[in-house]
Amino acid sequence: MAQASYPEDLLYHSEHDWARVEDDGAHAVLGITWYAQDSLGEVVFFDPPEVGLTLKKDEPYTEVESVKAVSDVIAPLSGEVVEVNSALGDNPAMINEDPYGEGWLVKISLADPAEREQLLDAAAYKASLSG
Amino acid sequence: MPVQYEGVREEHEAVRTACGVFDVSHMGEIETSGPGAAELLQRLLSNDITKLALGGAQYSVLCREDGGVLDDLFTYRLDVDRFLTVTNASNHESDLAWFREHADGRDGVQVGDEIDSWAMLAVQGPIAREIVQAIADGPLPQRMECARGRLSGAEVLVCGTGYTGEEGVELLCRPDDAPALWDAVVRRGARPAGLGARDTLRMEVCFHLYGNDLMVERGPIEAGLGWCCKEDTGFIGSEAVAAVRAAGPAERLVAFEIDGAGIARQGNPVAGGGVVTSGTLSPCLGVGIGMAYVPAAHAAPGTRLDIDVRGKMRTAVVKQKPLYRKGS
Repeated sequence: MAQASYPEDLLYHSEHDWARVEDDGAHAVLGITWYAQDSLGEVVFFDPPEVGLTLKKDEPYTEVESVKAVSDVIAPLSGEVVEVNSALGDNPAMINEDPYGEGWLVKISLADPAEREQLLDAAAYKASLSG
Repeated sequence: MPVQYEGVREEHEAVRTACGVFDVSHMGEIETSGPGAAELLQRLLSNDITKLALGGAQYSVLCREDGGVLDDLFTYRLDVDRFLTVTNASNHESDLAWFREHADGRDGVQVGDEIDSWAMLAVQGPIAREIVQAIADGPLPQRMECARGRLSGAEVLVCGTGYTGEEGVELLCRPDDAPALWDAVVRRGARPAGLGARDTLRMEVCFHLYGNDLMVERGPIEAGLGWCCKEDTGFIGSEAVAAVRAAGPAERLVAFEIDGAGIARQGNPVAGGGVVTSGTLSPCLGVGIGMAYVPAAHAAPGTRLDIDVRGKMRTAVVKQKPLYRKGS
C-alpha cells in the first residue's frame, strides 16, 4: 500500500512490529508495520519460522529479505508459534501490499498476556516515527 | 547515489528492457599525462597499455607486488600522451597515492587528481544509445571506445562502457553540466536507477565489485580476471600473478544459483571451504544468485555447494558466467 497507515486496533512495538491480540486474550497475530515494509522495499523472501518456536519479547524471531538487505523481525510479545502464514512463501510481496492483513507473519499463543501493557497504541507509535 | 528511486526491481527491469540512468559521480578519476605516461601505466596496470588505441577503453586491475588486487579500473586514452583512469570511490585516495609514488622520479609524467573535475552518468539499457544519440551532435563511440562530443550543448566524454551487461554509454561531464544532462536523458525515457539496481544488474552478469569480490588478500587469477593480466608487460605484481597462473590458483571465484528458496549474502561461509562475496535475489532469474570464492576443486559448473545462510544450509549450484544472458 502506498499510503502510510497504522490501524487503531493494533498494538505496536518500537522496532516496527504490530500485534493484534485476539478476543480470547490468549493469542496474537504478528506482523511488521507500514514503516518497516516501506524502509525495506520490496520483500522478496520470507522463510516462516517453525510452528512451536518460542518467541521472547524484544528478540528477533525471524527474518524478512528485500532485494537490498536482510532484516530481523523483533517479537513484540512472548509466546509460542501456533500458525505461520505459509502463503508468503510464494508471495512475500504481500508483506508490502497488505502489511496488516494478508501480510501477517505468525500467530502465537501468549506466554504473558500482561506484556501487552508495554506496547504502544497507534498514536504513540506514529509519534515515535516523527520523533 | 540513493539505493533506489522507486524500487530496485522496477529500476532493474527498466535497464534490462529499456533504459536506466545512474549517477555514478562518486567514481574517481586520475589523469596520467606526458611523454612518460604510457610507460608508467604499463608498470601499474595489469593490461597491455600499448594495445589501448587513441579513443579506446581498457579494463585492468591494479596489483601490489604480491599480486593482491588494489583496485579494478577502466582507462580511456584521450590523447597519445593523456589517459583518464576511473577509480572506485573507496580506493581513489590510495590509488592516487600509488600512482604518485610510482611516478616519483620518472621524467615526463604527471599524475593529476581529477575527481572534482568530472561527474559521471551511466545510461544503460537496450534503448540507451538511442536516447543519448538524440541529444548528441555526432555519432556515439562504439563499445570499448570513447569520444568527446556535445550533448544538449555540454562538453561530454562519451564512453562505450558500463556495468550492467546491457548496451549503453557512460557520460563524463563537468559537474555543473550534470543536472541538465540527467534531465535531458530522463525526459527522453531513461529511468533514474540507484545503487540497489546497479548491484543486482552487475551480479547477474558477474561483474566484480571491489570490496566484495576483489580484495588485496586475493589476486586476479583467483578472481577470474586473468584475461586482463598481461604478465609479459612487467607490471607490478606480474611475477606473483604469473606464478599463480602457472601453478593454478588454490581457490576460484565462481558464480552460483541457489537451488530452491533462500538468498545467500556476502560473508556467508561455504561448507568445505570458501565464502560468498556477493549475493542477492536475481530479479530476472527469480532465484538467489551470487559469487563465492571456493577451493579450485569445487569450481566446475554443476558442482553443488552448501552455503550456511545465517544458520540454515542452502544448496547452490556452480554456474557458467554470466548467470544472465540477453534473451535467456
